[in-house]
Amino acid sequence: MMDEFSAAKLDEIRAKISESRKVQKTCITVCGGTGCHAYGCLKVAEAFKDEIKKQNLQDSVDVRITGCHGFCERGPITVIQPEGIFYQRIQLKDIKEVISETIINKKIVNRLLYTEPRTKEKIVYEEEVPFYKKQKRIIFGNNGFIDPTDINDYIALDGYKALVKVLFDMTSEEVIADIEASGLRGRGGGGFPTGKKWEVCREVNSDVKYIICNADEGDPGAYMDRSLLEGNPHSIIEGMIIGAYAIGASLGFIYVRMEYPLAVKNVTMAVEQAKRLGLLGESILGSEFKFDIHIFRGAGAFVSGEETSLMASIEGRRAFPRQRPPYPAQEGLWGKPTNINNVETWANVPLIINKGAEWYSEIGTKNSKGTKIFSLVGKINNTGLVEVPMGIKLREIIYDIGGGIKDNKKFKAVQTGGPSGGCIPADQLDLSIDFESLTKAGSMMGSGGMIVMDEDTCMVDVARYFLNFTQEESCGKCVPCRIGTSQLVEILTRITKGKGDEKDLEKLIDLSRSVKDGSLCGLGQTAPNPVLTTIRYFRDEYEAHIKEKSCPALVCKDLIIYHIEPEKCVGCLLCLKNCPVDAISGERKKVHVIDQELCIKCGACLDVCPPKVSAVSKYTGKKRDRILKKASGQRVKK
Amino acid sequence: MSESNKDQRELIHMLHDTQEKFGYIPAHSISQISRELKISESEIFGVLTFYKAFALKPRGKHLITICMGTACHVRGAPMIIDEFERKLGIEAGETTEDNLFTLETVNCVGACALGPIAIADGDYHGQMKTREVDEIIKKLKEGKNKDIE
Repeated sequence: MMDEFSAAKLDEIRAKISESRKVQKTCITVCGGTGCHAYGCLKVAEAFKDEIKKQNLQDSVDVRITGCHGFCERGPITVIQPEGIFYQRIQLKDIKEVISETIINKKIVNRLLYTEPRTKEKIVYEEEVPFYKKQKRIIFGNNGFIDPTDINDYIALDGYKALVKVLFDMTSEEVIADIEASGLRGRGGGGFPTGKKWEVCREVNSDVKYIICNADEGDPGAYMDRSLLEGNPHSIIEGMIIGAYAIGASLGFIYVRMEYPLAVKNVTMAVEQAKRLGLLGESILGSEFKFDIHIFRGAGAFVSGEETSLMASIEGRRAFPRQRPPYPAQEGLWGKPTNINNVETWANVPLIINKGAEWYSEIGTKNSKGTKIFSLVGKINNTGLVEVPMGIKLREIIYDIGGGIKDNKKFKAVQTGGPSGGCIPADQLDLSIDFESLTKAGSMMGSGGMIVMDEDTCMVDVARYFLNFTQEESCGKCVPCRIGTSQLVEILTRITKGKGDEKDLEKLIDLSRSVKDGSLCGLGQTAPNPVLTTIRYFRDEYEAHIKEKSCPALVCKDLIIYHIEPEKCVGCLLCLKNCPVDAISGERKKVHVIDQELCIKCGACLDVCPPKVSAVSKYTGKKRDRILKKASGQRVKK
Repeated sequence: MSESNKDQRELIHMLHDTQEKFGYIPAHSISQISRELKISESEIFGVLTFYKAFALKPRGKHLITICMGTACHVRGAPMIIDEFERKLGIEAGETTEDNLFTLETVNCVGACALGPIAIADGDYHGQMKTREVDEIIKKLKEGKNKDIE
């Protein structure tokens, strides 16, 4: 198939695929993202196939394992096309019924539908589920239709059309002008205008140039890049080929985290398929342009997401960042001009070429164009990946799409930008989500993690968590980052243990500034952001820890106790049996008591106490002291 | 790119292969890679200890990985890791003396909807509770590690 592959032939193939799929054949799509994998989606898909065979429906019904649908909270997700019937939390025992009822009798299985928690309304179609309604899924939407292991699926949906347009109808200048006009900015966190970046690299004179796709998605709580790589790898590959053409690069690398085995597998397979069809390699689609892609598996170092570190890693060295300038566009991989963009940025490229810069630039705000995919996680009802137009309000994401906070708790903050970002408090819920507004609020767009926190989240603990993370991931090259972050962790830990000093807050702020100023790369320059924003917005929580030795969110172990309310306890022995350290005493139908000296505060008693009894509570501050005093008094009496 | 660069580029690939083959990087492999790539052993040692993917010691028979991503953290992952550490009598990153269990943490597995998550020999256990820890360890010991949902 490889010989003489041309643009005309690609059209031919596309026509053939469309023809073969023209008959509106029923297709059961099962989400194959990592979340749904964990819920057992592969078994569900297999069971569908078996049942279809059993019912002899192979000719009229297809089963397809697709990319991630985004609504991870409700996995495993199954959508029946072409109608778009949306079934969630589907189990093996449901398969038979879906086939007999929905496929054969054309009836909806009500119990598998999504229920809108507020109105209790059952929703039949995917597009009507509130989680999807306010989204604008221009990048991510195709995931649900594509089997990522089959290039034909991508081609059928106009895949590689943009590449043909670029190769045969556009000069490299025109491509760059288009990308610039679209207003696309880097989706990896920095937000640098993509067109400009390309232009700088294009203008450097060099025999060899490289491009890189940064898929080292290291921010904890962010997984949109993985879902794109897993679910629609060809969109990224097509974007890279177009970028390479514009810049004049002949070799590209996809640097992907080894923690994402499915992404590695799917993208490797996609590159091979593209090669076989002549979309990569010598004389692409019969043109004079040649370009190839290598996959590089990362080895577990957060700092390698930083561009100069990433290049050091590809070169087979320790992922140490280096001074810029020279920028990678001037001196990158092996000293050659190199352009590096994030996964989502590359995925935007074919879309802009196909639909035009003007169309694209109409989405978003003045300075932030297009859409952004966020991973909406934490204490939120609808966990998942959401793609929204820039400029949307934070409130809309959290309440309209995310369905509000879990268990009707109070919203406290949202953390964006990963370990480099910051926490945005409740009074800024009407913040517009774009590069500038987020930076102004003390956070940043980052790669798109959005971790929702409720009243049960301790902000001091969150700051400590992030600093602990950056301290462990600091490569150690710059002293302020290496030693500063561990000092910050030490102070924060002290505060969470109730051993903080009133001067600690000023020390934290001071030290944070030194770390920011004295570090070479983005890791150190942004590492103190979680500390600074939590102090800025939640100073009272720090003060409670320091002055009152209390943790208002009841998280910090050293500052809380577990207590069984005597008037509520029914003496069911459940907590007593589940306590791993035998700290609870009592008899059947008699009040149980926790020995505070033995208690390790694992929370098992709280977990098992039946909800209608809910006799176990956590206490901090004065109430805690009163209970402890009473307990020690009783002990003395004994 | 010059020829020597090309050699160094193979280093991380080779380390990945070795790690996959043996479950760790044995000393003799370091010498072998050193000869093949003409890079000093100390340089290789420097690279492999920089990255978390490579271990110098073999792991236990069963691997338990706890996700320490932010979403898991706010949903109580620290309690889960404490409980595993207590039950196994080791700290995260260590292997039990009988070589049965290795306990590790990972920054994020990106299955945030299921947090907090423990992965036991490749099986995901989502929405973990501290009291389920014992059960997972027991099932691993009995060789019956199936998804407990």
